Amino acid sequence: MSLGEFLLVAVLAVPALGAVAVAATPRDRAARVVGTVAAAVTLLAAALLALGDRTWSGYTPSAPAVRPWHRIDLPWVPGLELRFHLGVDGISWPLVVLTALLTLLCCGYTLWRVPEGGSGRALVALLLVVEVGILGTFLALDLVLFFVFFEIVLLPMYAVIAGWGGADRRRAARKFALYTLLGSVLLLVGVYVVVAAAGTADIVALTGGAGLSRGTQLAAFTLLALAFAVKSPLWPLHSWLPDAHTQAPTVGSVILAGVLLKMGTYGLIRVAVGVAPEGARWAAPVLGALAVAAILVGALVCLAQDELKRLIAYSSVGHMGFVLLGVATLTSTGIQAALIGNVAHGVITGLLFFLAGAVKDRAHTGSLAELSGLRETAPRLAGLLGFAAVASLGLPGLAGFWGEAFAVVAAVQAGGALWTTLGVLAAVGGALTAAYFLRLLRRVTHGRPSPAVGRLAPGLARAELVAWAPLVLLALAVGLAPTLVLGVAEAPVDALVEVLR
Amino acid sequence: MTTTTLLGALLPVVPLVAGLVGLLLPPAPPDGGEGRARRAAIALGVAGAAGALVLAVALLVTLDGPVESSGTWVDLGGLAVTIGVRLDGAAALVAVAVAAVALAVQVYSIGYLKRGPHDDVDVDHRYPPYAAQISLFTAAMLLVVVAGDLILLLVGWEVMGICSYLLIAHDRRLPEAPAAAMKAFLVTRVGDVGFLLGIALLGVSAGSFRIADVLAHDHATGTLTAACLLLLAGVAGKSAQFPLHTWLPDAMAGPTPISALIHAATMVAAGVYAVTRLYPLFERAPAALAVLGVMAVVTLLLGALAATAQDDLKRVLAWSTVSQIGYMTGALAVGAPAAALFHLLTHAAFKALLFLAAGAVIHAVGTTLMSRMGGLRRGMPVTFWCTVVGLGALAGLPPLAGFFSKESILYAAEDALHGGGPAPVWVGWLVWLAGLAGVAITAWYATRLLLRTFLGPARSPLVQPHDPPAVMRWPVLLLAVPAALLGLAGFAGGFTDLLRPVAPATPDRPSDLLPPAPLVHLGPEVLLPLALLTLGAGLAWARWRRDPAGDPAATLGPLRPVFARAFRLDDVQHALVVRPTGAVARGVRTADEVVVDGAVTGSGRAAVGLGGGLAALHRAALPRAAAGVLAGALLIGLAAALIGAAA
Repeated sequence: MSLGEFLLVAVLAVPALGAVAVAATPRDRAARVVGTVAAAVTLLAAALLALGDRTWSGYTPSAPAVRPWHRIDLPWVPGLELRFHLGVDGISWPLVVLTALLTLLCCGYTLWRVPEGGSGRALVALLLVVEVGILGTFLALDLVLFFVFFEIVLLPMYAVIAGWGGADRRRAARKFALYTLLGSVLLLVGVYVVVAAAGTADIVALTGGAGLSRGTQLAAFTLLALAFAVKSPLWPLHSWLPDAHTQAPTVGSVILAGVLLKMGTYGLIRVAVGVAPEGARWAAPVLGALAVAAILVGALVCLAQDELKRLIAYSSVGHMGFVLLGVATLTSTGIQAALIGNVAHGVITGLLFFLAGAVKDRAHTGSLAELSGLRETAPRLAGLLGFAAVASLGLPGLAGFWGEAFAVVAAVQAGGALWTTLGVLAAVGGALTAAYFLRLLRRVTHGRPSPAVGRLAPGLARAELVAWAPLVLLALAVGLAPTLVLGVAEAPVDALVEVLR
Repeated sequence: MTTTTLLGALLPVVPLVAGLVGLLLPPAPPDGGEGRARRAAIALGVAGAAGALVLAVALLVTLDGPVESSGTWVDLGGLAVTIGVRLDGAAALVAVAVAAVALAVQVYSIGYLKRGPHDDVDVDHRYPPYAAQISLFTAAMLLVVVAGDLILLLVGWEVMGICSYLLIAHDRRLPEAPAAAMKAFLVTRVGDVGFLLGIALLGVSAGSFRIADVLAHDHATGTLTAACLLLLAGVAGKSAQFPLHTWLPDAMAGPTPISALIHAATMVAAGVYAVTRLYPLFERAPAALAVLGVMAVVTLLLGALAATAQDDLKRVLAWSTVSQIGYMTGALAVGAPAAALFHLLTHAAFKALLFLAAGAVIHAVGTTLMSRMGGLRRGMPVTFWCTVVGLGALAGLPPLAGFFSKESILYAAEDALHGGGPAPVWVGWLVWLAGLAGVAITAWYATRLLLRTFLGPARSPLVQPHDPPAVMRWPVLLLAVPAALLGLAGFAGGFTDLLRPVAPATPDRPSDLLPPAPLVHLGPEVLLPLALLTLGAGLAWARWRRDPAGDPAATLGPLRPVFARAFRLDDVQHALVVRPTGAVARGVRTADEVVVDGAVTGSGRAAVGLGGGLAALHRAALPRAAAGVLAGALLIGLAAALIGAAA
């Protein structure tokens, strides 16, 4: 077993075993420490995946479009020809690291504070199970395996929302589970259509169409894209998200917004576009139009929103709209913009949810009408909230900029009346994004302190700083050096776009 | 990388580091003691600005022709984004101006944002973030100045926007400050939608965002015109041009040194500078230049007229900035980027001087309203004479700086009347006529400002006006020197050459061999603006002689409230943009919750209802259930018989 294969297995096995160990540890705090250590080891293994030979020796017509740095391909259920096929490349690696990082930060955060509703031990164990599912989704190179991992995430996340969430948690969790289950059904049917028509579930072999007929590709893309659109989410299939994000505990919101949504966009790029390129070309205008609708609707709803966490939740709809617009252009620029937009959104919105949680925990309200003057009583918290908001509105020089600006550039590059219009509308959406974030800052940080804010202590806990600092630094680092993400993604994206032609 | 390009690259880095380190200082003192953090913030801020000034001067000295240095930043699907600098004489001069004003502002702020004896005990100026944000602001503007790539320029451009937002909202005692800050950022951001799209068009067309590549590429005419027009939207936002000028007067809610920074060397200068940077493109798009000319003329007159009726000292200066930037964009429209840059530099000097002097007045009197000032000359002679120099330069009084730079713009416009510029002749006429009218109006309101503030009877007899402490006095005094003398540089050949935009020599286009036309012309045509200047100043003075206690603005009669509210364009903006957007947002939110989410929850409820209905059907009493079972059996039997018969 080579180092790469070992790491691939380790990235999934460590959190899985960690979850078992956490559940088996009797003392609550010790269990949380065990979980945090497991998450840290996972992050280490995930980061090390970039080691080794990952040279990309030029695209040749015979080489497959997906060429993982490391892969492991074992028979799983030989009777059904199911294989345990994992691999990592430049498209999935940044997301794998992001997932491992956010899980570690969330586990570390629960060392300091466990939300009300249940034991911290159970919460950490569930977070680790969710991590296994998400990482598996990003690593799977077999369609059926992909589907299995995609589904593993659902129930533990349901439990996190329903167990540790806010006042209306049960309804939100039910809606989340049922709505995304609907998406899963479509995904399952889509996977069956592809596997039945192609006779294989190997994503490496399937990428590029693999001789599927046009009709099959259209049907497969429609089913798969709908499934991923629910997860991403794409307007108008987004309405599970605001409830789930608002009601989930802070760590749940961070995982939901930070990485869970990325399963949808990743699946769209890797599975839907890769497996059914002809279907993707056929549906691209619709996808693009819906993405721009998501940007505008998300921004407008945020502009009229009056609850802190709900506003941030809706902002995800708009941001993921930019990501989906990038994918819909089907150009190398657009897909790269989508990838960096994915990572940036995970970092920045993760930070925003941490901060929103901190504000709500302290002030005991998330209503914008009852929050004001945060900078008078808690200047550091207000400053960080300002930073996160500014990063999220796509300030050039911070991470959010690249994905949004280059989704617009890609739309302009695609040319034609439709795409140019979509690019213009998306750019207008960028201005609306600034409008609602500034409105948020004006309500929450400026003015005289409201009674709820007036009694806040100015300081921040050490655990909070430790959890937030990596995200702040990453938002800055990815903004200043986008090659951190795009350097590894360039070659695989080019190869993918090559088969789209 | 040569020494020169290294200097250029370090220019934004030095204040950036000072700013980022400054942001880590504790923002608020723990228990009232401002001591150590404040001192550290002062040291960082002043060091950052001073370092930038030294670098900028060194750059100006070492630079002997345009140089360029760049490397790949990121490559997005064949579109190269580079990171690098593009330096020429104009960049070096503007960098010197930016750094000098920033240094003046940093030093001046030490005295201005200090807890005075009259302040409340709990006043805390939050000096560390303030100084750090000025450093970031400076860094962003310097990045715009040296950037060799459009995306890099956009980074500086927008970071500047966010710094202006933070600094305008800095004064926590002013209830209107947060709204003004938000307006400043949003209005400019709306313009930036166009700016981003323009950059996207150019970058996609050229396959690279490097300015040199974009300028060298042969763009299709339609693309070029569209891109230039889109860029102008961003320029209008940043440089406060009609119709996106509304944020600038409101931005007066920021501390006065910040006004000096925004109005003099950064922010509003960025738009004009960006156009000069891309001027070869605009030259090939006369339609865009025509639009720019119309924008400039409207802005010039609008700003000047609005300045005549303001009672707030800072607002007079703010509207005068709007009007003066109109002169610069007018110069750009008639094909004279060098004249625009010349005016940009002199304006940077005299407007920084005027704002800092106004700050001294506000500091002494405790109000910004001129109706409560008057007679300050005796108490504050230094401030008075500095203001005289600044206002003289603003109005274009020879031999002060503004006279020469405005003269060069009027000369360029006159030249365009004969078809000498890249824009249509009618644009030349518009700019020339508006420029002349602007001279008279500017002289009128400058005179009014001087008379109302420093002369006549004191209208607030209780205050004891005094010149500011040394730390605020020296920046004002030093800025008076360029405000008075910088115009004479227009005669120096070397200075003129620096301002001319020269494309870097390429193999197929070695260099521009045309003899440089002089920037300043003193001929008989100078008499016309001088006469108008005398007329404007004389009218204001004559009115004041009759009634030293009254406001010369009373002569405006019924127009006064219209001018005071700047033709109510704020209301127009509110009615046409702000309120509809809010209404649409509320509508969309309702639709999203009722229709989109309603369909989801509705389908859930329908499924439950359907299930309940079916369950109820199954819970039938015995007779009906028996009948149902029998009917079902009958149906199945019938079907079997029919299918059997058919088979």
